[in-house]
Amino acid sequence: MDLSLTPAEEAFRLEARRWLEANVPSTPLPSGDDAEGFALHRVWEKKLFDARWAVVSWPEAYGGRGASLVEWLLFEEEYYRAGAPQRIAQNGIFLLAPTLFEFGTQAQRDRILPRMAAALDVWAQGWSEPGAGSDLAGLTSRAVRDDARGGWRLSGQKTWCTRGAHCDWMFGLFRTDPAADRHRGMTYFLVPLRAPGVTVRAVGRLDGDDGFADVFLDDVFVPDDDVLGGVHKGWEVAMATTSSERGLTLRSPGRFLATAARLVDLGKRFGVDERLRDDVVRAHIDAEAYRLYTQQTVTRVMDGGSIGAESSLNKVFWSELDVRMHATALEILGERAELVDDAPAAVDLGAWMKGHQFALAGPIYAGTNEIQKNVIAERVLGLPRR
Amino acid sequence: MRFAFSPDQLAMQTALRALLEKECPAPVVRAAWTSDTGHSPALWRSLTDFGLVGLTADAAHGGVGLDELDLVLLLEECGRAAVPAPVLEATAVAAPLLRDAANDALNARWQPALASGEAVVTVGLAGSDFVVAANVADLVLLERSGELHAVPAGALTRTAQRSVDGSRRLFTVQWEPSAETLVADGEVASRAIAAARDRGALAAAAQLLGLARQMIAMTVGHVTVRKQFGAAIGSFQAVKHHLANALVKVEFARPLVYRAAYSMARGDADRSLHVSMAKAQASDAAEVAARAALQCHGAIGYSYEHDLHLWMKRAWALGAAWGSAAQHRARVGEALFGG
Repeated sequence: MDLSLTPAEEAFRLEARRWLEANVPSTPLPSGDDAEGFALHRVWEKKLFDARWAVVSWPEAYGGRGASLVEWLLFEEEYYRAGAPQRIAQNGIFLLAPTLFEFGTQAQRDRILPRMAAALDVWAQGWSEPGAGSDLAGLTSRAVRDDARGGWRLSGQKTWCTRGAHCDWMFGLFRTDPAADRHRGMTYFLVPLRAPGVTVRAVGRLDGDDGFADVFLDDVFVPDDDVLGGVHKGWEVAMATTSSERGLTLRSPGRFLATAARLVDLGKRFGVDERLRDDVVRAHIDAEAYRLYTQQTVTRVMDGGSIGAESSLNKVFWSELDVRMHATALEILGERAELVDDAPAAVDLGAWMKGHQFALAGPIYAGTNEIQKNVIAERVLGLPRR
Repeated sequence: MRFAFSPDQLAMQTALRALLEKECPAPVVRAAWTSDTGHSPALWRSLTDFGLVGLTADAAHGGVGLDELDLVLLLEECGRAAVPAPVLEATAVAAPLLRDAANDALNARWQPALASGEAVVTVGLAGSDFVVAANVADLVLLERSGELHAVPAGALTRTAQRSVDGSRRLFTVQWEPSAETLVADGEVASRAIAAARDRGALAAAAQLLGLARQMIAMTVGHVTVRKQFGAAIGSFQAVKHHLANALVKVEFARPLVYRAAYSMARGDADRSLHVSMAKAQASDAAEVAARAALQCHGAIGYSYEHDLHLWMKRAWALGAAWGSAAQHRARVGEALFGG
């Protein structure tokens, strides 16, 4: 065991810290989940890309630095520590990209990844449907073969697509063999949201931002080049994506370490009684636990191991931690907790209430925690299925 | 950065697990509850021959000379098997404490005896009123007024204090400090004792991990075979979620415990803080695991005949020993907030 950093890793961390200190906007950008804020965040993503900080773990050819997993964790710690803007590109760069690296063709990578890294194309997810949420395999959106044009015609409705109203592309599952078993006969498609037949409707989220979208597809043509991982192979490919979302790549420890550190600061600024202080300490310890747990995982991955069902443990832990931390912050703020946005007496522009509302989504998205606990029980502990 | 144990460390863990499966099955744990001393000389001999008892004893004095990081997985195994023996007191705490605080003569007298199993050495440090295994110890290292003393068992007046865990024999002790019993005072004593206290908390945390994981394993076994409503009860979501919650608690305590062992072994400046994080989280995790285990066992787990309570009661005892979760969080709070 060696928990120290090499001089090269320390240098990498320092370089990231210096760049972020010099470049992170001094006033926070407006929410990237509304149209106006999204445009500003796209500019920020481009700035990250130009300085080669957008996708540090990718190969240099696609705009990355070929950074190791350890370096990636360090970058993430620095990014959130600096209070840098939310990553509107995250669903592409952290979820689709790992899937492209694993299942995509060389031509797909070359075509898609550079534009994704530069935020020229921002990607939305297309999983849930009105009739398929936790039971994703119940989805009914379909793709019909179009041999004449060499592709597929997609129809159906996708829902709860994060920032879908502002995005350029969507990745998701469509049924290509209606006769097959429910976990088979699905294909993973890459869908241009500006294509004829696509209608996108923004849907307001709990916090009032247009952070969701319904995506209606009416006979939308998608060429064979935009099938990812093979026809009827969609479920396996999608499962690779969701374990990224639950696990390592979407929710790095840096995010929660930064929240915990801000919570300690908040406690010092506004004062805490013994019980609230204990809650703050719990948050600090839990964030540390998540950081160390991730280091264990990273070591295992570097040794050639995989993540698998353990990503469900991860997802339950960080999502519940995030809710607890924000609930503690709101208690510390007392009656000021309800003040939001430009309320003159709001603390930190109401960031804790905003964060609280976002944190509450954590136990729901990426597979509800109830589903994750079933996965833990069945696939980690080996309990019988229903 | 590499957060993993060495092949040697993992091999020792595997070997100890195999040994304990053979030498310390549940009936051995249960027998310690009702035996005269709570101590099994045969088990202590096995653990000594394995090299566990003398693992941290000074290599120059017949010990193995390994550190906290080498020991932590083995303590976890002792927790998993609910080993009824003072490994925490003798191996994790007493041997390094002698090394840190005692002069050569005292080390030469006691380290080889401790490592060979010839003598049992236990501890009673300020902050706790009780000495574990004082009835079978040959020597007790005791703290008073910032001084460390080594008191032969014959010079103690012991009062048994019955524990909920029948294999833990606790005693309050009366004794007279003297020039002969004095091991160290001043800065040497206070540093050695502070480290000893951290080692005790770390060792308890490691055992709690093993206890918790074993309680979950016992429960998985039960709910897989127990049928109600025509199905294994482990197929019901209510049961699954209890066990999943417990597993999350344990698996996110684990890296804190391992990191604390690493920091102790390396003398990291933040080692005490790391130990407190580990003990707080491990105590809580074991508590959650015990509750989930009992609930999912139902009435059978509430029976005295079933083995679950042997593990659960050890978890209760170790959860509070060497500082409770709340006490350790308070120590972390002092570091974060000051005073």
